Amino acid sequence: MNQEAQKEKRHPIEDYLRSDMLPHIWCPGCGLGIVLKAYVNALEKAEVPMDKRVVVSGIGCSGRAAGYLNQDSYHTTHGRPIAFATGLKLGNPDLNVTVISGDGDLFAIGGNHFIHAARRNIDLNVICVNNFNYGMTGGQAGPTTPVDSKTSTTPYGNFEHPFNLPHLAASSGAVYVARWTTLDARRLRDSIAAALKKRGFTFIEVISPCPTGYGRPNRIGEGIEEMRMYQESWDLREDNWIIQEGANPRDAEIELRKNILVGVFAEVERPTFQDLYWQMEPVKEKRLKHMLRDERKVRE
Amino acid sequence: MRPRVLTGTHFMHGDFAVAEGGLAAGCGFFAGYPITPATEVAERMAARLPEVDGMYIQMEDEMGSMAAILGASCAGVKSMTSTSGPGFSLMQENIGLGAMMEIPAVVVNIQRGGPSTGMPTLVGQQDMMQARWGSHGDYPIIAYCPASPQECFDLVIEAFNAAERYRTPVLVMADEIVGHMTERVVIPEEKEIKVVERKRPKGKPIEYLPYQAEEDLIPPMAIAGEGYKVRMTGLTHDEKGRPAISAEAEGPLLKRLLDKVSAYASDIVRYEERDTDDADVIVISYGITSRCANRAVELARKEGIEAGLFRLITAWPFPVDRVRELSEGAKGMIVPEINYGQMVLEVERVVCGRAPVKGVTYVPGTLPDPDATLKAIREVAK
Repeated sequence: MNQEAQKEKRHPIEDYLRSDMLPHIWCPGCGLGIVLKAYVNALEKAEVPMDKRVVVSGIGCSGRAAGYLNQDSYHTTHGRPIAFATGLKLGNPDLNVTVISGDGDLFAIGGNHFIHAARRNIDLNVICVNNFNYGMTGGQAGPTTPVDSKTSTTPYGNFEHPFNLPHLAASSGAVYVARWTTLDARRLRDSIAAALKKRGFTFIEVISPCPTGYGRPNRIGEGIEEMRMYQESWDLREDNWIIQEGANPRDAEIELRKNILVGVFAEVERPTFQDLYWQMEPVKEKRLKHMLRDERKVRE
Repeated sequence: MRPRVLTGTHFMHGDFAVAEGGLAAGCGFFAGYPITPATEVAERMAARLPEVDGMYIQMEDEMGSMAAILGASCAGVKSMTSTSGPGFSLMQENIGLGAMMEIPAVVVNIQRGGPSTGMPTLVGQQDMMQARWGSHGDYPIIAYCPASPQECFDLVIEAFNAAERYRTPVLVMADEIVGHMTERVVIPEEKEIKVVERKRPKGKPIEYLPYQAEEDLIPPMAIAGEGYKVRMTGLTHDEKGRPAISAEAEGPLLKRLLDKVSAYASDIVRYEERDTDDADVIVISYGITSRCANRAVELARKEGIEAGLFRLITAWPFPVDRVRELSEGAKGMIVPEINYGQMVLEVERVVCGRAPVKGVTYVPGTLPDPDATLKAIREVAK
C-alpha cells in the first residue's frame, strides 16, 4: 500500500484517540462515541492548544471516555471528577479542563460537587452524557430516569422524580448551559466549542441512547429504534418549537416518550473563582500574574 | 506580606505549625472543610497561601477536598488537606485513589474522640488503624505522629518529602492536644530546610509511560499541561496507564506499590528512644501520650525500675526491627494510647511472644495521666 492510500485509511480523529485502547467497550448503538468525537472536533474548532487539553472523568460507561482521548486524561473515583478537576484547574489556570461523565456519576454520587463548582464558577467544562440509567452496572434507575421508566431496579416503573439538569445547572450558577441529543452532532460540537472558549463553569447535557440498559426494558428496542425515537423528536423540532435558544431551563423537564427540549438555555457573564480570589485586598497586585493566559493577552 | 518560610522562634499553635510546615515544604494548594479540631490549619492556610502565590479553597466536603488536592498535585502543585475523624473517614476513598494513581499529597488528621461525631473538641488516638487500613484494597501508607507543635512543623515537611519521593499520599496523625497546644516552634532559614521534589520524566513525551517504574520502583511523574499526554486511572492498570482488569496485571502492580514503601522502610521509619539501653521494661508510645509516658518512665527510674521509652515518630511503616530487638529479653512492653488498643496490636504482632505486651487504655477525652502508665510499668517490672 502506498503512503497516500495508508493516509486515506486513517480515521480523521485517530490522532486524538489512543488507538491502543480501541476497540472501545461501549455497546453497539451507544451515543458515547458521538460525544467523544464532538468533543475532539470542538477542541479543534475552539483551537485549544494540544498540550493544554485535559479531560477528567468519573466512573461508569462515560467514565471510560478519558482513557480513550490522546491527551492528559484522568479517570478518577465515582462522583469526584469535578472536585479532582477543580484541583487541576486551580493548580494550573492555563489548562483547559473538561469533565466528561455520566448522569449517575455527576448528579447522584457527585451532585454536591456539581452544584458547588457551578456556584463558585470554577473555570471548567462539564459534559454530562445522560442515558437515563446506570449502564455499566446493568441498567439501574438513576437521578435522571424519567418517571414510569422501567429499569433493573424499577421493574414496575420508576416512581422517583428526575432532575431537570439544565435548570439545576443554571440555577446553581453555570455561565453556559445547553442540552443536545447525540443526533445533534454538529450543534453539539459547536456548543462544546463555545463552552471550551467560555470562561467559567459551563454545562452541556447530551441525551444519549442506551439500548442495553434503557432501550430494552422500556421496549424502545435496539439502538437504532432509540435513535429513531430521538429522530422523531428531531423531526418535530423542524417545526421549530423544540429547539429554543434561550428557553427557560425550568421548561426542560424530561418525560418518557415525550419530546425533549434542546438548545442553549443560559449564556451569562460572571466572575470566576480565580477572578475573585486574586481580587482579595492583600494580593490584588498579584492578579495580573495569575490571570489566564488569554486574558493576559487581551490586557496587553 | 509575610514570606513563605517564617524563619525565627515563635510561640505557635500546633495547627498553625502544621500549616507553616506545609508552606515551608513548598505547599501551594490547600483544599479543606471546616472540622474541629483541625479548622485552624485551614484558617491559617486561608490567610497564608495567597501571600505566597498559592491557592486555598474550602470545598463542599472532605471527599471533594481529597479529590481536589490530588488534582492540584497532578497539575504539579504540592498539595495538602487537614481534617479530623469524620472527615478522615470521608477522605479514605480518594486516599486509595492517590495510592493507586501514585499522586503525592499530604493529609493531616488532628485526631479527636470517636467513633462517629464522638467528641469534636477532645483528644483521641483512635484512627491509627484506620490510617493503615482505612481505604479499601491493599496499598502502601506512610504516617507520622507528631508530639509537639515543633514536630507538627518538622513532620509535615518530612511528610511532603516522603510523598514526593515515593509518589504516594502521606498522613500526619496528630491529635487534638498537640494540635491545640501552643509551644515554642523554631523555624530555620529557608536554605536549611531540606525539600524533596518528585522525580519528573526526562525522555521525550512520546516515549513516556506513566507507570513505568525505574530501578527504584518509582515511575517519574509527568504533570498535566506539559505535552506528556498523561494517562492515569484508578482501575488496575499496566505501565501505559491502560485499564487491565486481570490477576496478571494486579499482581505486579500491587507488589510494586507495596514494595515502593516497604523497600525503603529503613529510610522512612523514625523513632526516638530514651533510656532504652539498659531497660527491661519498654514503653512504646506516640503523640501526646508519649509525653506522659516520658514522665512515667522518669518516675519509674526514680523508683529504681529500669524503664525506657520508645517513641514512634512514624507509626506506618512500623519500626519492626528495632521493636523486635528491644523485646528480646525485656520483662515487658507497655503500650499506652488514647484508644481501646490499636498500635498495641502491631506491637503484639511484631514482638510475637518474645516478651509480654500490655496495653494501657486512656479513655478518649482526657489528657493522659502518667500514673496509669507508671502503674503498668511497676506491674510488669515485678
